[in-house]
Amino acid sequence: MSWGVVAVALLTSLSTAASLFMVAAGLTLIFGAMRVINLAHGSLYMYGAFIAATIVGSATGDTFWYALALAPLAVVVLGTLLEVGLMRRVYRADHLVQLLATYGVLLILGDLALQFWGASPLSVSSPRVLSGSLAFQHFTFPAYELFLTGTGVLVGLALWFLLARTSLGWKVRASVEDAELLAVRGTNVKLLYTVVFAIGAFLAGLGGALITPLQGVDTGLGSSIIVAAFVVAVIGGLGSIAGAALGAGIIAVFQMAGALWLPAWEPTSLYVAMIVVLAIKPWGLLGVRDR
Amino acid sequence: MGATTGDPGEGLAVLDLHAYYGLSHVLQGVSLEVGVGETVALLGRNGAGKTTTMRAVMGLMPVRSGRVRLFGQDVTGRRPDQLQRSGVAFVPSGRRVFGSLTVLQNLELAARAGRRRSTRWTLDRVELLFPALPALRGRRAAFLSGGEQQMVKLACALLGEPRLLLLDEPTEGLAPTVVQEMGGWLAALRAEGLGMLLAEQNAVFALRLAQRCYVLEKGVIRAEQAADELLRSETGLRYLGVARNP
Ligand SMILES: Nc1ncnc2c1ncn2[C@@H]1O[C@H](COP(=O)(O)OP(=O)(O)OP(=O)(O)O)[C@@H](O)[C@H]1O
Ligand SMILES: [Mg+2]
Repeated sequence: MSWGVVAVALLTSLSTAASLFMVAAGLTLIFGAMRVINLAHGSLYMYGAFIAATIVGSATGDTFWYALALAPLAVVVLGTLLEVGLMRRVYRADHLVQLLATYGVLLILGDLALQFWGASPLSVSSPRVLSGSLAFQHFTFPAYELFLTGTGVLVGLALWFLLARTSLGWKVRASVEDAELLAVRGTNVKLLYTVVFAIGAFLAGLGGALITPLQGVDTGLGSSIIVAAFVVAVIGGLGSIAGAALGAGIIAVFQMAGALWLPAWEPTSLYVAMIVVLAIKPWGLLGVRDR
Repeated sequence: MGATTGDPGEGLAVLDLHAYYGLSHVLQGVSLEVGVGETVALLGRNGAGKTTTMRAVMGLMPVRSGRVRLFGQDVTGRRPDQLQRSGVAFVPSGRRVFGSLTVLQNLELAARAGRRRSTRWTLDRVELLFPALPALRGRRAAFLSGGEQQMVKLACALLGEPRLLLLDEPTEGLAPTVVQEMGGWLAALRAEGLGMLLAEQNAVFALRLAQRCYVLEKGVIRAEQAADELLRSETGLRYLGVARNP
C-alpha cells in the first residue's frame, strides 16, 4: 500500500475529525468553565446541520456559504436560550441532575427536529468551488475535505488566540480557577458563563454546518456525535482545548488505520483509542486531576 | 461600648444581617458601620463569622434577612461585580490570585473588569505604592511568595478604584517582616482616605491601624469599642487570645 492511499484516507479521517474537534472543543470549554457535561451539545451540532441543510435546500444556486454563516448563529441563539432557561440553574447542582436535565433537552430537541425535518435524511452538496479535487502526483485529494481540515486548524488557532491573548480568554481561564475571585474583581460571571456557552454552541453549530456535504443529515446525528465528542474530550483531558485537538487527531489516525487495515474494527477504533489513552493517562493526555 | 460612630449614611452600614451555611445559622444579626475613610477592625476568634460577614456583604452568599447599605444606597442582594462597581473591594484571605495568569495579566484583568470612571489608581500609581511589583510582571502568579501574593491581591483590589476595602486576614501566614510591610501599605491606603474593614486574628495588628473595632462572637457583635481603648485593656486582649505587645 503506497503512502498516497494512506494520505488520502488520512485526509478523509482528518476532515470528519475537524468537525468533531469543534464539537469536542465546545464541550470541553463548557465543562472547563462551568463544570457541567452538556449532553445536549450534540443536539446543537445536529441543529447546525439541519439549519444549514434547510438553508441550502431552500434556494437554488450556491447558498452553502450563507448556510455556513447563518446556521452557527442560529445555533448560538438556541444555545443562549438553553443557557439562560436551564443550564445556569444546574451549574451548582449534582452531576446526576445535570446529566438528567441535559439528557431531557437532548430528547426534546431530537423530537422537535423529527417534527420539523422528518425522518428521512437531508443531503447537501459541496459548494461549487470545493466540489472538485486536487491532484498530487497520482492521487486525488477531495477539495472539500481539504477545506474542512484547514478550517478545523483555523478554528483551533482562533480558540487558542481567544483564550491566550484576549481579556475574554483570561476571564475564562480565571473563572476556571476561581470564579468567586473573578466576580469580586468586577466580572459578571453569570454573563461570562452565557458567553462561554454561546461560544460552545457556535462551535457545535459550525461543526454541524460544515459536515453536511459529507454526511446525510438526520435525527441520529446528535446522539452519535455526542458520544464521539465526549470520547475526544476525555482522551485529550476534559477542560483542555489543545487536548480536544490532540484527541481528534488521534481518533482520526485510529479511524484511518481501522478503515484501511481492519475495516471490521473501524467503528470500535474510537473506544480502543480511549481505553489505551486512559489506561496510560487516567486524566486524559493534557488533563489535570480534578480538584 | 459607646465609642464614636463615623458617618454611617455615607459609608458601609450592615443592619441585622442573618446568613446560613445550609442549616447552620452562622450570622445571627450582625450590625456594623464603616464610615467614609474610616478604618474599622473586625475581631473575633476562629469561626466567629468574620469571613462570612464579608462574604455576605459582598454578595457571595445569600442573606436571609437584614440590609446592607453602601454609600447611601441599599445594596442587599446585589451581585459581587455590581458591588465592586459601586466601590467595594473584597480582598479574600489566603492565596487568592489567578495562578495560571502572569502578575501583569492579573493586574490588567482587575483594571479592565473593575474599571469605573475615576482613574485614581492607575497601574503606574499602584506600582509606586508597591515598588517590588514591576519586577514581578512577567511571573506566573502561582510562583509568587506569600508576601508577593498579598501585594498582588492588594494591587488588584486598588485597580478596581475602590472607596472601601474589605480585607480578610491580610497578615495570615506572613513572615513578621512582611507583616510589618503590610502595616505600612495599609497605613498608606488609610492616609489616601480609603475606608477599610479589617478582619484579623492578629488583633494587635488590626487595632494599631483601626480607629474603631467590633468584636464578633458566634455570629453576633459582642462589643464595639475605640481601637486604642481595647488595645489598652488587658481583659479585652486576653479574650481575643493575644498578649499585649510591649
Ligand atoms: N463553607 C462552609 N460550610 C459550612 N460552614 C461553614 C463554611 N464556612 C464557614 N463555616 C462555618 O461558619 C462559621 C463562621 O465561619 P467564618 O469563616 O465566617 O469564621 P471566621 O471568623 O472568618 O473564622 P477564621 O478566623 O477561622 O477565619 C464557622 O462556624 C464555620 O465552621
Ligand atoms: Mg475567616
